[in-house]
Amino acid sequence: MLAIAFYILAAVTVVSGALVITARNPVHSVLFLILAFFSAAGLFVLMGAEFLAMLLVVVYVGAVAVLFLFVVMMLDVDFTKLRQGFANYLPIGMVVGILLLIELIMISSAVAQRGAAAGKSPQVYGAEMSNIEAIGRVLYTDYVYVFQAAGLVLLVAMIGAIVLTLQHRTYVKRQDIHTQVTRRRKDAVAIVKVKTGEGIKE
Amino acid sequence: MTIGLEHYLIVSAILFTIGVFGIFMNRRNIIIILMSIELILLAVNINFVAFSTHLHNVQGQVMAMFVLTVAAAEAAVGLAILVTFFRNRGDIEVDDASMMKG
Repeated sequence: MLAIAFYILAAVTVVSGALVITARNPVHSVLFLILAFFSAAGLFVLMGAEFLAMLLVVVYVGAVAVLFLFVVMMLDVDFTKLRQGFANYLPIGMVVGILLLIELIMISSAVAQRGAAAGKSPQVYGAEMSNIEAIGRVLYTDYVYVFQAAGLVLLVAMIGAIVLTLQHRTYVKRQDIHTQVTRRRKDAVAIVKVKTGEGIKE
Repeated sequence: MTIGLEHYLIVSAILFTIGVFGIFMNRRNIIIILMSIELILLAVNINFVAFSTHLHNVQGQVMAMFVLTVAAAEAAVGLAILVTFFRNRGDIEVDDASMMKG
């Protein structure tokens, strides 16, 4: 049963990952990216990492993929033109990809058979300590400074994104609180003696 | 048939290769390049979690969380740069992005 679930989830992850980079329409690419993340979250659940699986669904499917979708739909780009170089890079991409895949599979099978984790089964979290509790115990003690640094990274990214995309349009009239509050009577009102029958000029 | 560490590592290796391949293939389309980077980081996360659960040590999952944080920040800043680039040039062809003459 576990094996069937693993093979289905792994196949969906790999196939949708391949479709991300080959789909003609970038909107389809984003949707396949969401599918890949979703089934990878399923793989995490199979391994017993429920918290990270939920985090993956919330952060990626809920935020990052929607951000991609927004940008893809917002930019009015001729995407067929962007695909022209696809065949040019195919041979060298194939060579590099196949070499990389062979190396990675050799290393991972060697590590899996003879490394420290060889022959062990995934950790099962019981009733006395759940997965999220185990993560929390490590995250807020040993890694508390790294945790703060991660928050700082997110803050800098947020400010950077706002600074990059904010545009000041000069033709829009905006309220300036400072000039409103510091405005005095002499700046706005002038008392002019008017002679009878002559009116005033500017 | 039991599913061991090797199976997860191979899935992660295939996903990583797909990501690298995608960067090679879609040299002009920066949106696909950013998505390929996300795939690569997902492969890294699968590796972290697989080793974490099979070594019975939760620190790998903490690291995967930090990878997730950095990936989200990277996606936000990357897309912001992309929007600014599009606003300045009118398209997102990065093949000849040489305005800075670097």
